[in-house]
Amino acid sequence: MQPINTTQLQSELDAREARPVHLHLETTTGSYPMMGPEKRSRVVAFVRNAKIEYERGVITGEGPYRVGLKLDGGWVYADGLTHWVVNEREELLIAGLDKDGQLTVALQLSARPFREE
Amino acid sequence: MNPTDEPHTSTKPVAGGAAATSFNPAQQRALLVVMPHPDDESFACGGTMALCAKAGAPVTFLCGTYGDMGRRMGLPPFANRESLRDIRERELREAAGILGARVHFMGLRDKCVEFEDPQQLAASIRERIAGTAPTTLITFYPGYGVHPDHDALGQAAVLAVRGMAREERPRLLAVAVGEPAALEERLGSPHLETHIASVSELKLEALRAHRSQTAQMFRQWQEGDLDPQMEQMRRRMVEVEEFYELDPDQPTPLERAAA
Ligand SMILES: [Zn+2]
Repeated sequence: MQPINTTQLQSELDAREARPVHLHLETTTGSYPMMGPEKRSRVVAFVRNAKIEYERGVITGEGPYRVGLKLDGGWVYADGLTHWVVNEREELLIAGLDKDGQLTVALQLSARPFREE
Repeated sequence: MNPTDEPHTSTKPVAGGAAATSFNPAQQRALLVVMPHPDDESFACGGTMALCAKAGAPVTFLCGTYGDMGRRMGLPPFANRESLRDIRERELREAAGILGARVHFMGLRDKCVEFEDPQQLAASIRERIAGTAPTTLITFYPGYGVHPDHDALGQAAVLAVRGMAREERPRLLAVAVGEPAALEERLGSPHLETHIASVSELKLEALRAHRSQTAQMFRQWQEGDLDPQMEQMRRRMVEVEEFYELDPDQPTPLERAAA
């Protein structure tokens, strides 16, 4: 993954507008935050392969970045995004990585379902 | 961290709280390790696996998931959410080669093991037991695995053995995760320990093979700015592996918490 380039990423969002796409949306503290010095609680959520269609998708912010997808009657939102790539399966992967390279948030879009096996 | 404050009663008592018995790898006909993530095997019992393999016993790791929901993407990042699955599979195959073990995957979704039907998981573990005829099965201590996947697959392994005829059962050993003093207070002393100094290099090499997950840990170790607790953890990791023996007919702490 590369650090986000908002111009390129915006055109990838535009290209997936107004058609059915599969969504992977995730945020995570990791499974062991209670074992760290701050003994924080574990918070993890993900949605994988929900089908959505957005009429408008925007990346904004100074970095870390935010992405909002306006649905017909709803929203998809993520903050803390830092890195992105379009992989060999033409999946748009956007993620937030902390200073240790650990994923904190992910927002991914794909025409085909994300691999699930 | 622990689901219950009840006093622990589900393991076989150790006479007079005596020190743990040594685990003798030369006595094993075959060893089966059942854990949910690539790298669990190396952290929890890589030394024991290597010793058994060296003594000529077939060693099998039944790995529940591909670790595909892990969050370490490497530093600098070389993985992403979608590529992590294949990367961790490759890393595990390399680590298993170092330890002298075979690998089978159950193909479950990382983080979702506890939502599967436990009896179905138990049945597929039992199939692997039938295929490998282990004298010992090592898994996580249900209720003391910290990660919900660890607890759930540990529980399924207990159910798998519980469903077998007594004379066919492997001995069931469990790994508890966490700070040793706190575990000792809850569970008593571990019942068995393996001294792994003679294979510490193999264990470290296997851990290193899980590079997406361990590169940062090794970097920290190298930089040498470890607090005393981390230093103790590192030392124990290459000296000794500790296990609790479970009686599969007794309810586990996880079952008692749910009751
Ligand atoms: Zn694990």
